[in-house]
Parts: sequence; structure tokens; C-alpha cells
Amino acid sequence: MKNKIVTVALSATFGLMASTAMAGTLEDVVAKGYIQCGVTTGVPGFALPDENNNWAGLDVDYCRALSAAIFNDPDKVRYTPLNSTERFAALSSGEVDVLSRVTTWTMSRDTQLGFNFVGVMFYDGQGFMVRKEDGISSASELSGASVCIQTGTTTELNAADYFAANGFEYNPIVFVERDEVLKAYEDGRCDVFTTDASGLAANRSKFADPSAHVILDDIISKEPLGPVVRQGDDTWFNIARWTYFALLNAEELGVTSANVDEMLGSDNPAIKRLLGVEGDFGSPMGLNKDWAYQIIKAVGNYGEIYERHVGPNTPLGLERGLNALWTQGGIQYGPPIR
Amino acid sequence: MADQDGPRRVAPKTAFFNDPKIRSIIYQLIVMGIIVAFVVAVAKNTAANLAAQNKTTGFDFFVQPSGFDIFFTLIPYDRTSYYWEAFVVGLLNTLLVSVIGVFFATILGFIIGVARLSSNWIIAKLAMIYVEMMRNIPLLLQLFFWYTAVLKTMPNVKGSFVWFESIVLNNRGLYLPKPVPDDRFIWVVGAITIALIGTFTLKYWARKRLEKTGQRFPVFWSSVGLIIGLPAIVWLLSGTNLTFDIPTRQGFNYKGGVGLPPEFMALLLGLVLYTAAFIAEIVRSGIVSVDKGQTEAAQSLGLKDGDRLRLVIIPQAMRVIVPPLTSQFLNLTKNSSLAAAIGYPDLVSVFMQTTLNQTGRAVEVVFITMSVYLTLSLLTSAYMNWYNSRVAMVER
Repeated sequence: MKNKIVTVALSATFGLMASTAMAGTLEDVVAKGYIQCGVTTGVPGFALPDENNNWAGLDVDYCRALSAAIFNDPDKVRYTPLNSTERFAALSSGEVDVLSRVTTWTMSRDTQLGFNFVGVMFYDGQGFMVRKEDGISSASELSGASVCIQTGTTTELNAADYFAANGFEYNPIVFVERDEVLKAYEDGRCDVFTTDASGLAANRSKFADPSAHVILDDIISKEPLGPVVRQGDDTWFNIARWTYFALLNAEELGVTSANVDEMLGSDNPAIKRLLGVEGDFGSPMGLNKDWAYQIIKAVGNYGEIYERHVGPNTPLGLERGLNALWTQGGIQYGPPIR
Repeated sequence: MADQDGPRRVAPKTAFFNDPKIRSIIYQLIVMGIIVAFVVAVAKNTAANLAAQNKTTGFDFFVQPSGFDIFFTLIPYDRTSYYWEAFVVGLLNTLLVSVIGVFFATILGFIIGVARLSSNWIIAKLAMIYVEMMRNIPLLLQLFFWYTAVLKTMPNVKGSFVWFESIVLNNRGLYLPKPVPDDRFIWVVGAITIALIGTFTLKYWARKRLEKTGQRFPVFWSSVGLIIGLPAIVWLLSGTNLTFDIPTRQGFNYKGGVGLPPEFMALLLGLVLYTAAFIAEIVRSGIVSVDKGQTEAAQSLGLKDGDRLRLVIIPQAMRVIVPPLTSQFLNLTKNSSLAAAIGYPDLVSVFMQTTLNQTGRAVEVVFITMSVYLTLSLLTSAYMNWYNSRVAMVER
């Protein structure tokens, strides 16, 4: 009995101590041979296992790009599905190396939780979905409605702000898991389902009869969704951030997964620098010279990822909008590689 | 005879570290020291790690505005309320469902427990099937079942069941008319208090009289008369005006009256039906534990059926029933934390899910939540131990 207590005590103590040494995420990742990536428990277009049981989506491709940059192989990723209440604890405890999980960048999360937001993989905004039979055409008709929401999200706070600002009453019905929220909405417990507009489109595509539901045009918030890493590990933060910028720069320069090998012979100095033909921008980050080439070869540029998972030709059918490059009327902008 | 005054036997001199008494004290001090050192180390380590993770820590978030809404609250609450108010809302919701749950589970448990001992074959078997089914299916599944059952079987708002134009039932909940008394209602409240005091006095007096003269007094019916009659008379005399706030449909939902959301009903139903199965078994074991000879002895003394149960069987059965009953009450309270799964805003849902997430103070919030459940359980235990010491058999 006493032995047991001592064992438990020691393992608990060392378990806690072990997590103090967390600075060198890159070293840890290289040593274990894979990236542990926190994703959603299942949002079509962002992270969902496909028919072959491989995770696929915009968030997933970000992790694959990271893996390609580090290991020259996009498949050295292991995925941890996390719900909205688990995600931050999983990241800060070191259970995942990067959180790529439709997480909204807010000030308090950035400054109080000990995290750094890498960038904005998807500019989103919160919207509402209602049943067609209710004949609602605008958010201004939602006074008194019951609203299904996932707990621990900015959605919960935005809804409170929106209904208070408009002087509406409402009943927030809050669940832990996204599936429970959807089920309650489908069962008629709520009049309205609210989350980020991309999420509404994604979830509607899963309903038995998607045409019975309408997504209202009103967008009530700014939801910049992006990957998150732990604060205090600048090497890892740089790798995470420049992986995202490499995806943007590749699209801007017209480098795709199909033409990347041709592009190695390009005369454009910007492309040469991106692909590691001219200069070495990889080793200062602890990566290879051709880190960006590997990313583009494996997962394509930002535009390709977008079209593959959430673009107009997918069940989600989302136009680029704000997520177009700055040269095409959007606000996605990658700082220069030089 | 002189040697009888001196020590009868002198303990042989031993080194102090061989003295079993001193040894055991030293061992206990060492164990205590290790435990204290361990707790201190864990606390320090946690603080150091949280600091290393660049996390903001502390309990100051309690006085920050929460920013979120809760749809079922016993106190006024909105998005501008503070986090400590959200905490209170969650705590009260937990207490509400626990107290009502314990009440109904006890009643149902006693009924089923007695039914299992019934000489009627069908009743006994039905009770057995109930017990075996309920206690062998995980509670979380039962909660999902009841929640889905409530939502699927109830009509939507447009097709609501309406009875007497005042009671409304739909998939948004059960709406009852809310009595709105005027100021003079205070007299009626006073009358109820007096009636309750009167009932206790009457019971005391009747027992004394029974012991002294052997004559019985119909305490039950006179108490009923007192508790219903006195307030009724006062009500009529004071001319209290009682109006009802009747639920009416406004836009999406019914408003007004008392609204019980389906989450509350599903949780209560699940907790009561599940816990009642365990209580039934406890009650059965309690009754079976009383020797048959006790019944026969009571009969031979000429006690009536009711008196035999009340004065002989139940007091002895209670000795066996109360201690395990306490742990069922504790279980029900703790199980109510599954509410988060079906969207009922209890302490876990409001505090350990939403508040934890919006503030990111995981360690603080989890610590407080655990302390609350510990406190609730210890209070329940303390009360039940006190009650148990009253019903326990006095050894003579």
C-alpha cells in the first residue's frame, strides 16, 4: 500500500515537472518523428476523416504543410480531435504541438492563455441558420428565439452581445459537443443554430435535407480563425507562421503543386527565394533550404487548399471573399520572403 | 501485602526507539511529513508550470463581467453579470435538481422497494424488472434517452398541447401558470406557519396523552385539517387577491408563467428513475433484515397493521436503510453533473465548461468546482449521520 502511494506520488510529481521543459517544440517533434496536431471533432471542409479514414480539410492541410516543411513528408502528423472546452488545455499541457482547430483569434486568448496565434487561415464571421418553414429572412426577426450554441466559444459571447445590443430576448441552449448542438437543433429544441458562417455551411451539408434550412445573410462578428502555438517558443512560432506565409506567397507567385518542379527553373527571383533555389531561408529556422518547395509539392498553395476543401466546387460552396489574396480583393497577405 | 502498593510489574528497560508507542508516533510523523511535502511540492510545481506557460492566474476573474447568457436561472442574471453570479446560478441549478431529485427518488424508491416484497406476483416481478433495468444501464445513456424522448415526442411550439388554456406543453418545456398574490398574502403565509407549529404541538400532546391514558387521538386528519383549513380561512377573511400569470405565445415561444425547460425535466426524470432503483434495493434489504419474529411479536401484542409497521418494523429497518441511503443521495447530487451533456445549465456546465473556457483559468475553476461537490457531499453526510444516530438502535 505504502509502495503504491509513493509510486503514484513520484509519477505525479515527475509528470508535472516534465511539462516544465517544453521550450524546444521543434526538437521534441523531430525526436519523436511526428507532429501532434489538435483538430476539431469533425467539421466538414476544415477537419473530418474522409472515406479512407484519413483526416482531411483546411485545418488538416495546414498541419500537413507543417509536416512537409519539417520532415519532407506531409503524413508525419497525428491528429487529436478536441472539443471547444478541451482545446486550450490540450495545447498548454503539451498534449498537442499545434492547435489547428477553427479557433478565433481574440485578445484575451492571445494575452492571457499563454498562446500565440500564427495567422488567419480563414476569415470568418458568425451567422445564423434557421428552418425554412419558419419564414425568417433576417436576424432582426429573431427576438425571443431559442438558440443552440456550442459552449466555450466566442459564438456564445457574440450571441449575448448581439441580442443585448438589439434589445432582443433569447434562450441560449448550450452543449459541449458540436454534434449535440446540431441534434438539438434538428430535433426542434431551438429555432436557430449559430456558429461561424463557414461552420453553418459545413454542418448544413451534413443534414438529411440541407434545403430545409436557410443561412441568414447577417454576419454579427469578426471571426479570424487560425492555428495556435504555445507562447515562449519563438523557433516553433516562426516555423508555424512562415509555413502559413509560404502558402500565401506560393499562390501569389503562381506556384502550385502541379508546376512547382517547373518553377524550380523560374527566372523570377521571388520564386527562386521561395523554393530555396536562391539563398537559404530554411536553416535559420532549423529547417532545410527547400522547406517551402516541400510544402507546395505536398499540399499545394493556399488557393489550392481552399478550393479543395471549402471552395465553390465543394459541398460547402464558400466564395473566396475576404480570403482571396490582397491582389484579388481579399485580405490574405503574405510578407515577402527575402 | 506491601508489594501490592508498588508497581505490579515493571516494564523491562528498552531503548526509546524500540518502544512500540514511540515508534508508531515517529512513523506517523514521517508519513505526515512526506504527505505535506508532497502537497507543497505539487502546489509549487503547478504554480511554477502555469507561470512557465505564460498563463494569467488567480481568482480575480470572479469580479469580471461574464459576457454570456444563461437561459434557466433562479436569480436575475444577464451578460453584464459577474462570473461569481454565473457561479451562483450554476450552483443553485445543481441544488435545485438535486433536492427535487432526492425527494422524488426517495418516494419512488420506497414504493418500488415495498412493491418488490409484495405478495402479488405481477407487482413483485414488475418491480424487479424495473430495478434490474434501471440500475444496469449507464446513467448517461438514460439521460440521452430521456432528453431525446422528451424532444421527439413533444410537439413543436405551433402544435403545443394546451390544457385549461393555461398549462402548455411542447418541446420547449412545460409552462405552468404562476400565482401572483398581492400584499395581503403575508397573512396566509403566517397562517401556514402557525398551522405547522400547531401540528407539531398536537403530535407531542397526543403522544403524551397516549402514554398517560392509552387513548388515541386522530393526529393525521386533524393535522390535515389544520394545515389546509387555517390558511384557507385566513385567505378568505383577509380577502387576498390571487391572480395568475398565464403563459401566452409571443413570437417563437411561450412567455410568462413558470417555464420548466426539457433539459431540466429530462435530467430530473433520469436521475430520479435511476437512483430510485438503488433506493428500492436498499429499502428491500432494510425490511427483509427485520426478523419475522418481530412482526409476529407485534401481532401478538395486538398492534394494528399500521402501528406494527410504524412502531416496530420501520424503526428497525431504518437502521439498515439510512447509511446506504446517504450514499445514494450523494450519488444523485454528484450524478447531476452529467447535466452538461444535455444542456442543463448546472454548476459543471456553467462554471466548469463555459467559465473555464472564457477565462482559461483551468486549475482555479476545477479546484473550486471540486470543493463545491465535496462540501455538498460532506454536508449531506453530516445531516444523514445525525439522522442515523437518532434512528440507530440504542444498545442496552
